[in-house]
Amino acid sequence: MHGKIWKGLLVAMILFIANSGFTIAFSQEEHATATEVSDEAHQGGEETAEAFNPGDFIFNHINDAHEWHLATIGHKHISIPLPVILYSKTKGFHVFMSGKFKHGQAAYKGFRLETSGNNKGNIVDVDGAFLLDLSITKNIAAMIFGLGLILWIFLSVGSVYRKNPVRAPSGLQSWIEPVIIFLRDDVIKPSIGHKYERYMPYLLTLFFFIWINNMLGLIPIPPAGANLTGNIAVTMVLALFTFVITNVSGNGNYWKHILNTPGVPAWLKLPIPIMPLVEVLGVFTKPLVLMIRLFANITAGHIVVMGFITLIYIFAEMSAGLAYGVSLISIAFNVFITFLELLVAFIQAFIFTFLSSIYIGLAVAEHHHEAPQDEHG
Amino acid sequence: MLSIILQAAAVAGVAKLGGAIGAGIAALGAGIGIGRIGGSAMEAIARQPEAAGDIRANMIIIAALVESVALFAVIVCLLAVLA
Repeated sequence: MHGKIWKGLLVAMILFIANSGFTIAFSQEEHATATEVSDEAHQGGEETAEAFNPGDFIFNHINDAHEWHLATIGHKHISIPLPVILYSKTKGFHVFMSGKFKHGQAAYKGFRLETSGNNKGNIVDVDGAFLLDLSITKNIAAMIFGLGLILWIFLSVGSVYRKNPVRAPSGLQSWIEPVIIFLRDDVIKPSIGHKYERYMPYLLTLFFFIWINNMLGLIPIPPAGANLTGNIAVTMVLALFTFVITNVSGNGNYWKHILNTPGVPAWLKLPIPIMPLVEVLGVFTKPLVLMIRLFANITAGHIVVMGFITLIYIFAEMSAGLAYGVSLISIAFNVFITFLELLVAFIQAFIFTFLSSIYIGLAVAEHHHEAPQDEHG
Repeated sequence: MLSIILQAAAVAGVAKLGGAIGAGIAALGAGIGIGRIGGSAMEAIARQPEAAGDIRANMIIIAALVESVALFAVIVCLLAVLA
């Protein structure tokens, strides 16, 4: 038992050392003004090195990118180029690899990868025309990997159940089955009620997509390690699904409660519709809050981890010895934060699913569930 | 008057100050909230030790909800500092 814990800690340590190695590289993507902030550069007494910028360092990791940066050795960037898919009204469709941009130094076919300013990291048309960017970016590549992993897990587990449904669970099954049973019996069934089976596939997909991608985000090595669930576009789409499903499956009772809330004094509704306005606003704020909660939690987790790593480089600018001392503390804190993030990864997936099922449950609730509340009015 | 203050704010980097103070207040609020949840959970567990598992699970969920409100504030502060 103890051996296992120590092995786990060791693995986490190694991951973190690897993480810091990879993430230094992320900070140096703009190499037109390549700043060497690694220890070697400072020990070598390189006078030209610019001051280390923790903000850039962190946001290069948090943000999406058109290439998957692995490492920077000297002034050489090692990165995996990703496909760029562009549609422009004047130039039509273009598909090519992002390596053609030479990390933003060269324009290609009239397109340019911005390395500074408001559009930093985005592809823009040289003429300034409108551009639709459908590229496979870092986040999308990570999502495809995550989806492949989820499909593999569930297809393999599913086929075992199909072949032999009565056998005792083994292997991956014994990881998946308790989680699904927990979600069904303790989360989805109590909050939705007797029609819960219709929503099980969506809610389980939601849960496992968020959970597995949260955990993949903690692994620093490609093809994992992108800040996928900390991207507001991804969480927006997930919240949009919940929004659409909630309102499409909403019954008459649900709409009645929104537009003409029972048990509320008439003066709150008639001359100025205060209550209906608040309720209609509530329809939109619920998914909005879901979106921001997941985004903020996962992004904040990544920022904290990166913040501890930047501490090493901030102190390295003062002295090398101090940096070695701080790196020990910083890695120890990082291991702690990562275990916390492992918990957060589960809790956030759980809360997203839990709140989604509560919202759906409110929308499909039959009238007799509300009976005790009506007595007040 | 307001535009002069805003200009002065932009020059002096008051947005950064405001962001930092805001983040501090958000952390304060989250600390109070999570502290109250933890304290009540401890009392509840002490009264009814056999329900410790259920209480702990609910405590973590509520703490995560409080934490995410604080993180909303942090995101707003981040926007104030960066934008």
